[in-house]
Amino acid sequence: MGTVVSFDVPDWASRDSGDGAVLDRARQWLHWVDATFSPYRDDSDVSRFGRGSIPLAECAPELAEVMAACADVSARSGGYFTTRPGGRFDPSGYVKGWAIERAAAMLTAAGSAGHSVNGGGDIQCVGDRGPGQPWRVGIADPLRPGSLALVVTGQDFAVATSGIAERGAHIVNPHTGQPAAGLASLTVVGARLATTDAYATAAFAMGPAGRDWVESLDGYEAFAVTPGGQVWQTSGFRAYLASA
Amino acid sequence: MRRVVLAVTGTIAGLVALLSFKSHDPTTPVAATSGTGGSSTSSTSSSSSSTTVPGEFPTGSAVGGLTAGETAITGKVADTVYGPVQIRLIVKSHKIVKVTVLEQPTNTIHDIQIGEFAFPRLISETLTAQDAKIDAVSGASYTSAGYISSLQSALDHGL
Repeated sequence: MGTVVSFDVPDWASRDSGDGAVLDRARQWLHWVDATFSPYRDDSDVSRFGRGSIPLAECAPELAEVMAACADVSARSGGYFTTRPGGRFDPSGYVKGWAIERAAAMLTAAGSAGHSVNGGGDIQCVGDRGPGQPWRVGIADPLRPGSLALVVTGQDFAVATSGIAERGAHIVNPHTGQPAAGLASLTVVGARLATTDAYATAAFAMGPAGRDWVESLDGYEAFAVTPGGQVWQTSGFRAYLASA
Repeated sequence: MRRVVLAVTGTIAGLVALLSFKSHDPTTPVAATSGTGGSSTSSTSSSSSSTTVPGEFPTGSAVGGLTAGETAITGKVADTVYGPVQIRLIVKSHKIVKVTVLEQPTNTIHDIQIGEFAFPRLISETLTAQDAKIDAVSGASYTSAGYISSLQSALDHGL
């Protein structure tokens, strides 16, 4: 399934300036990631490695980097994050956030002090959106379509939400093989999107137990909506709540 | 991707680029039509064909009813695996006042269900995002890459 990635660079846009070349490079990077890591492409490194056609040494070196990071998240989450969510090798749960985080870093390297990169609702915010203006990210209310549950705000933070999709793949609890059902949605906020996104996936798979788990993680906070409409948040989440 | 998620960008000025992981090059240029006070403007200047789609949301007749200060911005056609999707924004004072779906897949019952439920929801979320003065929305939602792609192209060129 395709994912749309958008870049929001207010400073460049307002001055009608900026580095168009870096946006091209970021675009090329994302297309390269898709070509290399998509489990839906038979000729991607992930697909070929997954079915044993090529050894890891013949894959892009980034695959080994991703696999090491996935193994780390899997270990930290007690196996609730997995690179085999559907039985076959598929590191997408980490790759998407990682690719977006890297794209944001490319803009930083090119001189942008404030931008956000949004990959289908998983967002890396860098700096401010403008002088004295922190980024504002709405968290969709999973039970009331079209409404927001709340707004998080800040500088230099990442937001990722896992939930029950109305169609398509569900997040599976790797320990039971059944779709995770304890929560309607769970949002994790952290500094960098790669781990933030992967932790959101793992915590959602845990269900209600994900609360204590995220509480135990340094630098990450969570907000969740239960199927019955109850909400909870970890103790440090309030730092991200919009005051107005 | 494991999750199906929606992103609607509420701030409008800063969007500078767009891509899809599975990119299909858009085939239709963005067209903008400005409203002129009182008298309606009916030239769409878009080469896309409007399609009547099921559901209760407004379809592609919006351009004819522009009032003073309104501008219609037609997004590029986004080719999805289900078929082409195209949306149009009506903008006034740098604010989206209306979103219409010009074209969407209608090949199957499922497509029609999407038209009846998903698009009105996405439109609602677009307007909500704007009203909350937020930069983005994080959440799991319908498969909506086509809608977002076309919406984004309209935003990129029009606001």
